[in-house]
Amino acid sequence: MQQFIDGLIGSATGMERELYYFAGMLAFGALVVFGFILPLAGITSWLERRVWARMQSRIGPNRVGPFGVLQWLADGLKNLLKEDVIPTAVDARLFRLAPYVVVVGFVAAWVAIPFGSSLIIADLNIGILYVTAVTSLVVVGILMAGWSSNNKWSMLGGIRSATQIVSYEIPAALAIFPAVLLSGTLSMQGLIEAQGWQPWSWHMFHSPFTFFAFLLFFTSLLAEGNRTPFDLPEAESELVAGFATEYSGMRSLLFFLAEWGNLYVIGAVVTTTYMGGWQVPHFTDNTVLLNAAQLATFFLKSYFWVFVAMWIRATLPRVRVDQLMSLCWKYMVPLGLVTVLGTAVTMVAAPEGMPTLRYLTFGAVMLVVLQFFRRVVFHLRRARGLGWTMAG
Amino acid sequence: MAGYFQNIADAFSTTFEALSVTFSHLFRKPYTVQYPDRIPFRIQDTLPYRYRGILEVDLEICTGCLACERACPIDCIVIDATKDRETKEMILTRFDIDMAKCMYCGLCSEPCPTGSIHHTREFEGADYSLESLVKRFVRVPVAAYKPKKSGEDDPAIIPILERGMRYIGEFAGPEETPRKDAGAA
Repeated sequence: MQQFIDGLIGSATGMERELYYFAGMLAFGALVVFGFILPLAGITSWLERRVWARMQSRIGPNRVGPFGVLQWLADGLKNLLKEDVIPTAVDARLFRLAPYVVVVGFVAAWVAIPFGSSLIIADLNIGILYVTAVTSLVVVGILMAGWSSNNKWSMLGGIRSATQIVSYEIPAALAIFPAVLLSGTLSMQGLIEAQGWQPWSWHMFHSPFTFFAFLLFFTSLLAEGNRTPFDLPEAESELVAGFATEYSGMRSLLFFLAEWGNLYVIGAVVTTTYMGGWQVPHFTDNTVLLNAAQLATFFLKSYFWVFVAMWIRATLPRVRVDQLMSLCWKYMVPLGLVTVLGTAVTMVAAPEGMPTLRYLTFGAVMLVVLQFFRRVVFHLRRARGLGWTMAG
Repeated sequence: MAGYFQNIADAFSTTFEALSVTFSHLFRKPYTVQYPDRIPFRIQDTLPYRYRGILEVDLEICTGCLACERACPIDCIVIDATKDRETKEMILTRFDIDMAKCMYCGLCSEPCPTGSIHHTREFEGADYSLESLVKRFVRVPVAAYKPKKSGEDDPAIIPILERGMRYIGEFAGPEETPRKDAGAA
């Protein structure tokens, strides 16, 4: 990047040079945001609506483009053209700023997401820490939105979001530790390189402790991303739309952009830490081809977790505030401590790794998955027996 | 303490079961019927005969009695009927129904002696202007229908009258006593 701009500007020096670098960074950032993050968040929104619809026996958006894939474009355009209402009684400056803070918080996380062995913007040596820290910036934006809206519901939503995210940082951080212990690094690439491409060589299946750590991690990330069953900040049935109540048009859409973009970040982080990231068998020496395969693998894995988050949203009811807190402090924090200690003990007991435990964990999880599909078949048969499937 | 672990076990097992139920829905057909262009038949044809859709008047059997105009609670029906001095016939010069005002209560079709004014099963009333929602049934002044004592013998009118009589006959009366006198008009 730097060399590229150097070639463009030639002999400029000093202050001027810095300005050119700044402009170059802005241009590159805009390219990434508009060419990659926006469509990704948009398509995630479409996917969520489709998946959700099918789980409720509906069809979902299917008019704009093939299968409705372009629905997000239509929605975005519509919202761009809408009036940007700023109510009289709000704190206008904070009110205008809040969506941008939210968007910055989630876009910044993309810097450290590894899409392939050489497809990463910056492989920070504190990668995973950086991601958790930066995504917490979202809560500042939400709190700003809630406060500045001058509205009871918005305020409650903002405060709920703050409590929730601050509490769930702890189990999330605890659940990262096992993976960090196993890899011996905080760097996103280092975490992935410590795992292999075979499923049983993922951190997830190292021992039962790491598997539970993974479950904890995913759950607390859901809570941090304000996803159902932890979507208390925007609980429609109690708080209208929570912190987003007073927002309209594009500003309102920015919150949703951050929500859906965050969903992908959740999937990507989970994939990186516990599911082997972009690891593929080394089938070719061609770097481009290898990176393409890695990119595809990474996308597939992270979209699987995005799908799981949507699936959970279509399944579970929202928890109450006190349930949210007791779940975090009474169950997830102790369980997180147990997983960290357990992983540490297994590592001390067998510094070379314990293949038997690995295979056993993998086998047990596969059995659970098998049982799951047996239940699905059972429910399908039952539905057919009761005549619950529509004919024609 | 036992309750604590029971809670954890319950959380896992119930979530597991719930997820399997929703996942099975992915393999079922959606119930949604996509109206209007992805169904093989018109939805109007599936509605019951007495469905209260957009109003229509069969001028051939309208007696010009003004019962419907009087029954209408919001005055969306306007009828101009004059008696012709020479032929002693009622001449209808205007029969307008403002479908923008109509609330589909069905009170106009109940007193109609011949079933001339009746609801159709058509419900798609969207239009570009309010004026075009005013249905004008009389284009040129026509003579009102006069019931004959010996029964109707005009083959052009018989099917229309039969339809009207059926419409009246299917009024929702008390379950046990359907209106016997429906055909007497």
